Amino acid sequence: MTKPESEWTWKEIPVGNVILEPGNASVYRTGDWKSFKPILNKELCIHCGLCYIFCPDMAYNLDAEGYFISDLYYCKGCGICSKECPTRAITMVVEEE
Amino acid sequence: MAKRVGMEVSIAAAEAVKQANVDVISAYPITPQTHIVEHLSEIVANGEMDAEFFCVESEHSAMSICIGSEATGARSFTCTSAQGLALMAEMTYIASGLRLPILMIVANRTLSAPLSIWNDHSDAMMIRDCGWVQYFVENGQEVYDHVFISYRLGEDRNVLFPVIINMDGFVLSHVIEPIELIEQEKIDQFLPPYQPLYQLHPDQPITMGAFALPAIFAETKKAQEMALRASMGKILEVWKAFGDMTGRYYQPVETYRAEDAETLLLTMGSIGETASVAVDQMREEGRSVGLVKIRLWRPFPFEALKQATLHAKNLVVIDRAVSVGGPGGPVASEVKAAIYGEPIRPSVYNFAAGISGRDVTPFDFIKMVDKAEIEIEEGNKEGFEIYGVRE
Amino acid sequence: MIENLNVFAVRTLTQKEYFAPGHRSCQGCAEALAVRLVCKALGRNIIIASATGCMEIVSSPFPFTSWKVPWFHCAFENTAAVASGIEVGLKVLMRKGRIPQKKIVTVGLAGDGGTADIGLQALSGALERGHDFIYVCTDNEAYMNTGIQRSSSTPFGASTTTSPAGKTKMGQITWKKNMAAIAAAHNIPYVATACPSYPMDLIQKVKKAADIKGAAYIHILSVCPTGWRSAPDLSIKLGRLAVETGTFPLYEVEHGKYHLNIDFPKLKPIKEYIKLQGRFRHLTEEMIEEIQTRITHDYEQLKERDKRGF
Repeated sequence: MTKPESEWTWKEIPVGNVILEPGNASVYRTGDWKSFKPILNKELCIHCGLCYIFCPDMAYNLDAEGYFISDLYYCKGCGICSKECPTRAITMVVEEE
Repeated sequence: MAKRVGMEVSIAAAEAVKQANVDVISAYPITPQTHIVEHLSEIVANGEMDAEFFCVESEHSAMSICIGSEATGARSFTCTSAQGLALMAEMTYIASGLRLPILMIVANRTLSAPLSIWNDHSDAMMIRDCGWVQYFVENGQEVYDHVFISYRLGEDRNVLFPVIINMDGFVLSHVIEPIELIEQEKIDQFLPPYQPLYQLHPDQPITMGAFALPAIFAETKKAQEMALRASMGKILEVWKAFGDMTGRYYQPVETYRAEDAETLLLTMGSIGETASVAVDQMREEGRSVGLVKIRLWRPFPFEALKQATLHAKNLVVIDRAVSVGGPGGPVASEVKAAIYGEPIRPSVYNFAAGISGRDVTPFDFIKMVDKAEIEIEEGNKEGFEIYGVRE
Repeated sequence: MIENLNVFAVRTLTQKEYFAPGHRSCQGCAEALAVRLVCKALGRNIIIASATGCMEIVSSPFPFTSWKVPWFHCAFENTAAVASGIEVGLKVLMRKGRIPQKKIVTVGLAGDGGTADIGLQALSGALERGHDFIYVCTDNEAYMNTGIQRSSSTPFGASTTTSPAGKTKMGQITWKKNMAAIAAAHNIPYVATACPSYPMDLIQKVKKAADIKGAAYIHILSVCPTGWRSAPDLSIKLGRLAVETGTFPLYEVEHGKYHLNIDFPKLKPIKEYIKLQGRFRHLTEEMIEEIQTRITHDYEQLKERDKRGF
């Protein structure tokens, strides 16, 4: 795993400052930013996937039961999924400390 | 057997680009660089060379295309002058930071204003710190030779830097000189196809050109700085290999009748040949004068310069540009910085001469030596003046 | 469009992402969503040349990257030129047999500043030369990365940090530059407008652009809650309203032929779109009327082009 920038010595910098590990920024927890988190009411969910397709943070993943579930590690709490859900199955609730 | 033919230096440069099997050529026309691109476009149009040639909408894009194509692993070439170089200046720094071994020939010309198409080094000095290997060549043969030398050097995995060949506009670009052409087989042996360390391709999805926060930028800068300094060894090695192939050996700093000289002239670029004529004349008159020529501008050849100059009493540095409001000429500042720590060192008297195409004859060199010797004798040991200006 | 499509259409899309989570865009950033959808549409065999700007900054703080496809950034104003270089580099290396022959799509990606302002010359050059690439402009209607300064793509009346609503001037005093028309004027094979609020339409257009030989230009309206001073959860709705009010019509220009993708018998009043954005808060009724007149006129003109076909 790539170590944080403050730990690199100049000798370790790859030629031309290239980054060789694709998508390694996914270690970064953007979920810390949120003050609201989405809660899914599975009874109302029609599995349409709009929450998934409209998420700017790639936070939604399909689970084994066929529900799109928000990954709180990445969810920034923007509330788009809740707003766009055609059956109002997603509510935004205050994130507890 | 190598062929020796008379040809315009710009044509020789274009022929070298062809022989170097360049993949992508991208340029924008500007005097006095035009003959190089015109000839290259002819070569490509006639199918004599398998390359992509683009005459684009600006020098900024010309360099940007080279950066893009070089990043895919294609050997890329551009050339420009003065205002064109100024427009692409931003991208020169980036090409070095990304370590893309592009080759650029700069047909040196004055930076405006006033607008002038004639030759001096103000364009090259503007991008002095851009992080490219930078040569200043003296004649057409050196231009031709350094195309191969530059690619072999720049593409070396221990180097990976872009390279500039500075050649004086008109004085070199538009004159016909005898050029000894090298056989293609020899070139192919000397310069194998480019094997990039990293290249843009879906098989290895790398990120190239990420931004750096203050917590790591200084480390990236030191990595670049150390790598360019460390390229000196390779530069000498490539020149040696080239010399072994052609018999033409090059050095970062060259001297002419300098070993025992009390006063040394120091030049960069094509005026070195004229200066050597002046040295011969002064030697005939019994004066102790020699010549030092800088061929490698970056990385700066500190050790070679010291070896060549420290023994002299007077060092007369001829600049082809002025650092307006600064310490005089940029070459002289560099030279002074290089010898500053030495307990015994020559006094450095600095002229800016040949500004924007003004002729510098052997007689002018003699006059400058006369003037510098008198000034230093009278205690003006670090003077600077623009030579030959009407008062 | 959504209403015309089966809502379950998104289930047919690939689950693969090529723009990784963990990027640092603001909450509700529709530009990041646009980028995600572009990547989803194109798959792994692409190379992206990105301009300096929000998407570059949120995705590439060295030594970390959000990109799972080869991605290249070098400056602000030269995206189209760099993409040109990548395209010709691949072409010549394949021709000379130095890399295997296969279809690799080159994508230029820049914001509205990098496209309509500082990058316009490089873009025009690349379109004129006819490189085989896709240029995607994600338009959030100002220089958001540097702190919401106006660009030539900022709409009339919008308040930005360099077109503030003051006592004598009420925000941006010029009309939004029509980039799609400028691109179309180069007679390239494909130009389209898109918006992530219509994801299937966007994906379809990007795929079409990838299949077309020659230069393609896609202009994507990307709602920016930070710069537009709108609620982050409204980003999709605002994009939809931009389309439904005729502010940002979705259309294609294929080989010079205009085609309006969704035509509304009656447009929603622009007030519905404007009132949700703080950047328009200062507008007077007269100014809103002026904007309405202009939008209606432009939309009618587009409809005529759609009918005429050119």
